[in-house]
Amino acid sequence: MVDDDNVLEVRDLITSFTTETGRIRALDHVSFTVARGQTLGIVGESGCGKSVTALSIMRLLPQPAGRIDGGCVMYDGVDLTKAPVEDMCRIRGRRISMIFQEPMTALNPVQKIGRQLLEVYHLHQPHLDTDAATQAAVGILERVGISDPADRMNQYPHQLSGGIRQRVMIAFGLACKPDILIADEPTTALDVTIQAQILDLMRQLQHDIGMSIIFITHDLGVIADICDDVMVMYAGRIAEKATTSDLFAAPRHPYTRGLLRSVPRLDSPRKQMLKTIEGTVPSLQDMPDGCRFADRCALAEKRCRDAAPMLEPHDDRLVACYNWNRELP
Amino acid sequence: MATTSQSPQRGTVLLKVEGLTKYFPVRGGIFGRRRGNVRAVDGVDLAVRSGETLGLVGESGCGKSTVGRTILHLYRKTRGRIVFDGRDLDTLGRREMRALRRDMQIIFQDPYESLNARHTVGQILEEPYCIHRIGARSDRNAQVCALLQRVGLPESAASRFPHEFSGGQRQRIGIARALALDPRLIICDEPVSALDVSIQSQILNLLLEQQQVNALTYIFISHDLAVVKHMSDRIAVMYLGKIVEFTDSERLYRQALHPYTHALISAIPVPDPTYKKQRIILSGDVPSPQNPPSGCRFHTRCSYAQDRCRREEPVLRNLSTGTDEHLAACHFAGDLPERAS
Repeated sequence: MVDDDNVLEVRDLITSFTTETGRIRALDHVSFTVARGQTLGIVGESGCGKSVTALSIMRLLPQPAGRIDGGCVMYDGVDLTKAPVEDMCRIRGRRISMIFQEPMTALNPVQKIGRQLLEVYHLHQPHLDTDAATQAAVGILERVGISDPADRMNQYPHQLSGGIRQRVMIAFGLACKPDILIADEPTTALDVTIQAQILDLMRQLQHDIGMSIIFITHDLGVIADICDDVMVMYAGRIAEKATTSDLFAAPRHPYTRGLLRSVPRLDSPRKQMLKTIEGTVPSLQDMPDGCRFADRCALAEKRCRDAAPMLEPHDDRLVACYNWNRELP
Repeated sequence: MATTSQSPQRGTVLLKVEGLTKYFPVRGGIFGRRRGNVRAVDGVDLAVRSGETLGLVGESGCGKSTVGRTILHLYRKTRGRIVFDGRDLDTLGRREMRALRRDMQIIFQDPYESLNARHTVGQILEEPYCIHRIGARSDRNAQVCALLQRVGLPESAASRFPHEFSGGQRQRIGIARALALDPRLIICDEPVSALDVSIQSQILNLLLEQQQVNALTYIFISHDLAVVKHMSDRIAVMYLGKIVEFTDSERLYRQALHPYTHALISAIPVPDPTYKKQRIILSGDVPSPQNPPSGCRFHTRCSYAQDRCRREEPVLRNLSTGTDEHLAACHFAGDLPERAS
C-alpha cells in the first residue's frame, strides 16, 4: 500500500519492447517510491531505462512495441498498470503530468500557445468557462515567469526561444496543479544560464504547489542541485538509491563511484588524465546473466557474473553490489 | 590552493586570427533579397600558440563553432585575416590551400552524421591518404590499422560500417580520420557533447594523450565550461559573436573579470550537493545576433549595466598587471564586486 508519506510506489516493474531481433527487457524489476513534496532524481546514461520508467508510469509506451510485463505502479490506491484507459486519461495531465526534453516536439507547431493551453483546461477542468480558463491560462504563464503572457497566448511555438518554450511546457504540466510532475531531461537542450533559470523556477513552483517531482537527467550536477533523493540506473536496473547528500558524499556502487570521478570539474587540475569507466554499456539484446555492470567493473568477481546482486540496504541506502564497501583501485 | 599544472610553453604562434567576421545573410520576400545579416562572428582576434589548447566557450549562437569553421575555410569569411604558420590564407592558391589543409583538421560533435554511412571504416580512414596521394595503395591497409590502433579500436573495425559502432567508438573513428594526415592543428567542435558521461572521459583522455604524443595544437570548442577548463591552457569566452574575456584557464576560473563569465561559471551545476555558491541567475534570453544590442552586447542581461554600457561598446583590453594576459571587454571589469567562484 502507498502510505501517507509516499505519493507513488513502483514495485517490480518489468517493461519490454518488441524489436526485429526479439523481445528485449528495458526495465528489469524496478522498484522505488516517490515521497510527497520531494524530488526524486533518476540518473543514468542512454539506454539505462530512465525514460522508459517515466513512460511506463504514464502508460505512454510506444505502441504496439512497448509492454509492461509485470509489477505495479500504485498511485492513490490504484494500480496504474492495470487501470482502464479512461481512468488513465483522467490521471494523466491532471494528477500526474510530464514535461519533455524538447518542447518543440511536444508542442503542436500549428496551434497558438493559448489554444493549446486552453485545451488542457477544457479537458481536465470542464467546469471552467472560456473566460475563466483564459484567465487561468494567462495566470499560469505569468507564474512560470513569462513576460506579456496575454501576448504570448497568440504566438506559435516557433516564435518562442528554447527557454520560453520550456517554460510554456512547464505551464502545461502545472496547469492542473498535479501531485506528481515527471520531468524528462527538461533542461538538457538548454544553455547553462537558461538551465539555471528553469531549475530555479521548478524549485520555486514545487515549494508553492507542494508537488512531487521525478527528475530524469544524465547530468550529475543537476541532480546535486535539485534532487532530495537519487536513483542511479544502469542497463534497466537500479544500481543505487540514496539521499542526494549520501550518494555524493560516499557513492557505494562501483558504477556510481566511477561516474562521479570521471566527470571533469572546474576545481580539478587541468589536462590531467581523467579516471574512466572502460568499455560500453552492454546491448539490451545481449545482457550478461549476472551483474550487468560486471564487464566494466574493476571489482568484478566470479560471483558477480554468476548471479546478479539484489538491491539491498547497506549504509543508509539501497545498493545492488556485493562489493559495495570496497574502494575502486 | 595552488595547482601544479604548468602553463604552456610560450611557443610560437601557429595560428593568428585578426578581425575575423562572418555574417550570414538573411533572405526574405518573394525575390529572396538580402534583408539583413546574422552577425555570427563579429571581429574576433585570436593567437593560438603551437602545442597549446585554446578553449572557445559560450552558449548556443555565440559564434564559437562558426569561428572554428571559418578558420578552416569551411565557411567563406566576411572580413578578417587568418594566418597559419606565418602564411596568410588569402594569399594562397587552390593547390597551396589544399596542401595546407593537411595541417588543419576538425572533429565534429555528431560522429554519426559526420561519417559516410555507406563507407566502411577502412574506406573512411583511407580517404585522406587517397585525396592527398600519400603512400602507395599497398600501404593503405597498414596505415588504417595503425590509425585504428592509435585511437583504441581493433583492426577488425576497418571492415565494418559506422552504424555498427556506439557513439563513443564513432567518435574514435572521427578522431582517427582527423589524425590521419598528421595535422598540426585540430579544431575539436563539441567533441564530447553527444556522448554519455562514462564515455566522455575516455574520449577526453584520448585527445589529451594524442596531444602529448604528437605535439598537437587544439582549438577546443564547447558549451561546457568544466570540460573546456579541463582541456585548455587558455580560454576565450564568447558572447554574441565577440570575445568578452580571454585568459589562462586556471585564472579565468579563479578570478573571472567579465560579468558574463561570472554568470556562466556560477550557472554550471556542480556534482556536489554540499557545494554552496552564490548563483547568479541571468534574466532573459540571449538576444538575436541578427540585431544585437547597442553598446555592450551583454548589457540587456547584465546586473551592473550603466548608461555607458548601452551607448559605448567596450573594447577587449588587458587588465593583468603580471606577465600573463587577461583580456576582458567590460567598461567596469576589475571594478566590479569580487565574487567567490
